[in-house]
Amino acid sequence: MIIDINFIGLIIASIMASAVPLILASCGELITERSGVLNLGVEGMMIIGAISGFALMTVTGSLIIAVFGAMLAGVLISTIFAFLTQTLITNHVATGLALTIFGIGISAMIGKNFVGIPGKEFPVLFEGLKDTIPLLGPILFGHSIVFYFAFSLPFITSYFLKKTKIGLIVRAVGDSPESASNQGINVRLVRYACILYGGAMSGLAGAYLSMIYTPQWIENMTGGRGWIALALVVFSTWNPIKILIGAMIFGGLTIIQFHMQAIGVRIPVQFLTALPYIVTIIVLVVISRDSRKIRLSTPSSLGKSFHKDN
Amino acid sequence: MHKFLIRSFVSSLVLLFTLTVAAVAKDVKAAFVYIGPTGDHGWTYQHDVGRKAVEAAGFKTTYVEGVPESADAERVLRQLANSGHDVIFTTSFGYMNPTNKVAKEFPNVKFEHATGYKREHPNVSTYAARFYEGRTILGTIAGTMTKSNVIGYVASFPIPEVIRGINSFTLAAQKVNPNIKTKIVWAFTWYDPGKEAEAAKALIDQGADVIAQHTDSTAIVQMAEKAGVYAFGQASDMDKFAPKAVLTSVENNWGPYYVDRVKAVANGTWSQKDTWHGIGDGMVVISDLDSQMPADLRSKVKKLQADLASGKVHSFTGPIYDQKGNLMVAEGKTADDGMLAGMMTYVKGVEGDIPK
Repeated sequence: MIIDINFIGLIIASIMASAVPLILASCGELITERSGVLNLGVEGMMIIGAISGFALMTVTGSLIIAVFGAMLAGVLISTIFAFLTQTLITNHVATGLALTIFGIGISAMIGKNFVGIPGKEFPVLFEGLKDTIPLLGPILFGHSIVFYFAFSLPFITSYFLKKTKIGLIVRAVGDSPESASNQGINVRLVRYACILYGGAMSGLAGAYLSMIYTPQWIENMTGGRGWIALALVVFSTWNPIKILIGAMIFGGLTIIQFHMQAIGVRIPVQFLTALPYIVTIIVLVVISRDSRKIRLSTPSSLGKSFHKDN
Repeated sequence: MHKFLIRSFVSSLVLLFTLTVAAVAKDVKAAFVYIGPTGDHGWTYQHDVGRKAVEAAGFKTTYVEGVPESADAERVLRQLANSGHDVIFTTSFGYMNPTNKVAKEFPNVKFEHATGYKREHPNVSTYAARFYEGRTILGTIAGTMTKSNVIGYVASFPIPEVIRGINSFTLAAQKVNPNIKTKIVWAFTWYDPGKEAEAAKALIDQGADVIAQHTDSTAIVQMAEKAGVYAFGQASDMDKFAPKAVLTSVENNWGPYYVDRVKAVANGTWSQKDTWHGIGDGMVVISDLDSQMPADLRSKVKKLQADLASGKVHSFTGPIYDQKGNLMVAEGKTADDGMLAGMMTYVKGVEGDIPK
């Protein structure tokens, strides 16, 4: 087989397209976790975003309403989580798991009427420029607006956390809610906002799947991508730029494997499916060997409830 | 007055008939056990279309969806048998042992198991469809329509059902175009739109201009539509998902069989059977042929369809060789059902190995 340069461009472009939902959900969850909240409901929020986006697109016919509606749906469902964990001080892990189960169930219920309906075509940008540059053409051009947004999000997130005052407040709340509270920061408000933002990004990730990547609705269509996004946050050691790299690796595994199959090289599929989690565990082991590194990268109060009167 | 009498006589007949049907409907209750959600627009969805046909024929039905192929299945079956269902359809291969086990405990309840081969008790029947006949038609179309001579095939799991489909498809494609190459990618899933789309994209990037699938979602035909190549619908008519890409679909049509069997239970004529129906019996249906196909291809396909239905043509007619060149089916012979049911070797012309 002749491997030409455009072929490599095509493969990279498909890997990037598959990385989009992972980047969106992970960057959202990263902000949530940076504020000290562990929301395991990413899969649930994603699937709610997927059905909401698809349903709104079918009913209203407007892609803009559908995309923002999906984000709003993500916000709404994460409000439940925020209310439970921040106002009623429930356990983060249990509440997050419940959110995922709830999301999968309710999306299936709403989705009953939307099965078997083809999605609408989502417009892509710079389609005409695709063939102008070899290799880079298919990588850079001919994608949806959500694609470009996803690939700029890690940089925006990184800038936000490092260079802005609000970003600093988020990190302060995540590292030491007590000190932040003593400084006059409303810890609960900051955490609420971070949870809702995470919900919006997960909702958008879901809408990308049901409206752009595979434009249709079927039950359980997120297929565990929410869990990969969660693993990705840990893999990245809470660094947005590393999320970008991790999403390309995690998203690219299946695509590379399919290409290898088509060429005639075989790798055990079960191994590849497990690989993102194995890599995450390895990263966890590596970073936990160095206590200084943990302190630098992990939000210290992650997953711990904060009682103001403490 | 005369007219009025006739009219009232006719209407009372109709009423009587309706009442009789209603009485029958009250008598027999059918239950369906599904592996997936009815919202999958694939395997389970088509079984549910069949269930609705039973309902439309005047019988009461219930279904349980998303039943795992484990001890849970036994529990569900026992519950259905206990709650007054007369016939229970178990619609996935993995329900084979639970079905037979529970059937022993409820000799008065009829059990119908899809795609299995165990009938350990007189109240267990099995049924399956000869989907490979549909794939003979798809192969013929693919071999004719390809320009790159590379045909992509997204497969699910290496089981006889899928291998048989690949073989049937490839044999038919080679017959019309000896230069074609079938590239197979195993997705190791029946249902994951994202993965299926990625598998199709990989094949398209590697030069395939016709994509066949043995997974259930519509993601593959949509990907083909986007990339401007041809594809075929699986399980249901997928034309509306990709009007330009889909040349035709192979539909699973369980309705007539289900209605037949439930009626047999109602009439007391039900007996144990092993059913393997194809195009001829209407269990495998070929959707409308797309007008992008040249007229002579369309008429050729129509004829092939009729010949498969009448039994004049068999998908596996010798000489057929395996990949190593060993004779599988001698010239003039056709593969028997035993060979088809256990088919785990590729025929000559399929590239690569069957994954373990």
